[in-house]
Amino acid sequence: MLPFLKYEFLQNAFLTGIMVGLLAPVLGVFIVVRRQALIADALSHITLAGIAANLLLGKWSSFFATANPIYLGMAFSVGGAIFIEQLRKVYKHYEELAIPIIMSAGIGLSVIFISMADGFNTDLFNYLFGSIIAVKQSDVWTVFAILIVVLLFVFFMYKELFVLSFDEEQGRLSGIRSNWILVAFMAMTALVIAASMKIVGILLVSALMTLPVAASIRIAKGFKQAIWLSVLFGEVAVISGMFLSYYLDLASGGTIVLCLVVILFLCISYKKFTGSRKVGHL
Amino acid sequence: MKNNLNSIAIRVDDLSFHYGDKNVLQHVTMDIKKGSFLGLVGPNGSGKSTLIKCILGLQKPQQGNVYLFGEKINKFNDWEKIGYVSQKANSFNTAFPATAFEVVSMGLFGRVGLFRFLKAADKRKVWEALKSVNMEQYAHQNIGELSGGQQQRVFIARALVSDPMLLILDEPTVGVDTESSESFYKLLKELHYNNNMTLVLVTHDVGVMTDYVTDVACLNKQIHFHGNTREFETSSSENISAFYGHHVHVLHHDHDHA
Ligand SMILES: Nc1ncnc2c1ncn2[C@@H]1O[C@H](COP(=O)(O)OP(=O)(O)OP(=O)(O)O)[C@@H](O)[C@H]1O
Ligand SMILES: [Mg+2]
Repeated sequence: MLPFLKYEFLQNAFLTGIMVGLLAPVLGVFIVVRRQALIADALSHITLAGIAANLLLGKWSSFFATANPIYLGMAFSVGGAIFIEQLRKVYKHYEELAIPIIMSAGIGLSVIFISMADGFNTDLFNYLFGSIIAVKQSDVWTVFAILIVVLLFVFFMYKELFVLSFDEEQGRLSGIRSNWILVAFMAMTALVIAASMKIVGILLVSALMTLPVAASIRIAKGFKQAIWLSVLFGEVAVISGMFLSYYLDLASGGTIVLCLVVILFLCISYKKFTGSRKVGHL
Repeated sequence: MKNNLNSIAIRVDDLSFHYGDKNVLQHVTMDIKKGSFLGLVGPNGSGKSTLIKCILGLQKPQQGNVYLFGEKINKFNDWEKIGYVSQKANSFNTAFPATAFEVVSMGLFGRVGLFRFLKAADKRKVWEALKSVNMEQYAHQNIGELSGGQQQRVFIARALVSDPMLLILDEPTVGVDTESSESFYKLLKELHYNNNMTLVLVTHDVGVMTDYVTDVACLNKQIHFHGNTREFETSSSENISAFYGHHVHVLHHDHDHA
């Protein structure tokens, strides 16, 4: 076995990282092609509000003091996701407005809760930037449950998600009940964002959802291939990022995101290189 | 009325539609017979696309009813019987990573149903549909890497893949070169004759269209004319010009324009 996996906390982090490296890009593909890349940012900030609320409530209630803050973060995130889908309907012609509305509400709430809870502590810092040593056993099980739910959803709803992302009208014509599928999808996204926080941190969750996809759609032929490549890139970045983070003693979120940036850069230059070779042959 | 409905593919009954306080359709009533090939014409903004969307249940009219194959639209369930190419089909997200094959397979999703997957027979259908529009060699290209006309053919294949009984096309030949659009019209005529398919074609090619369609409807908020092609042609170009609000040459592609 890999030497660095002899510690239990590192095993927890590693398992969680592998699951998150699969989940975030899978949902990210649908989010990016629907041109909603910023939704991940909005939801991560509302998640932060949930976590801050938990820290605050922990001051007064022993229930919240012992609870894993990730659960309240998830509850906020799912609530925010459902709210975004509703707002998108209110602002039909400015759908993207829903995102800054939720994002600023999330930041506003977080700031208030944090200041009421007498400011920052290391816990909160870990959520902001990700820390592999902070991953608990209960986090692993929570993420595992989310993994099962999300993979089943995407597997069985693949057709529907695909057609709704490409062309909502065609989806409705095929008799697809777009409303509940999109709300369920947003709820799944919210769960995955909350699940990814410990590893990459709130500020960088959206990178794990969108950067692998940004890289894969440069080179993928077709939608299925885009999904597989995104997952491959996500996993490579998470695993190598966690190694680097451990051996160089750096924040895991930062190393993972930098690995993603390198992959993205390689994909863009690969495309450029093969593209220019074709021209050369003509 | 019930008897009557048997021979009718689409019945639009006193339908009115407005966006906000903007009237788009006023008391539109028409029957489109099964097996007919209707050309729907009208100036820009006359409500053609809106009427199509009401017929497909994608927009809800504030007044009036639509019946599809004798069934009131909110009870109608056979959506796989209907193929549709929307006017904005060519304004999709061109960076979308989907192959032509994947796009065409979407046309089968209504038939395949919730929780199920495409079988080998479905995949064969996708190939056939791609072949019928001469696009099989591009099956594994991303849709965004095809030319505008090729993309349009892929969308037509998507509409055809479920063997629809009714095919509705909203300006499908915009951006398609003359030769391809001619072969496309021939394809429509073949589908119409061989499969007894009902077709509704929204177009601005008034002249070319009359060589293929069996019926013509002119829409400008209301139906100004609805009859067979011969009646339309003998109703003289003054009528058509009056309807369009300016002079229109009805030109056939085998004629010179005067
Ligand atoms: N989503 C919308 N919101 C508000 N008004 C709309 C909307 N879509 C269309 N309209 C208006 O409804 C009217 C009819 O539009 P429609 O698209 O049905 O016309 P059309 O006959 O298809 O035109 P074209 O030949 O340009 O395709 C137009 O005046 C248009 O401005
Ligand atoms: Mg139109």
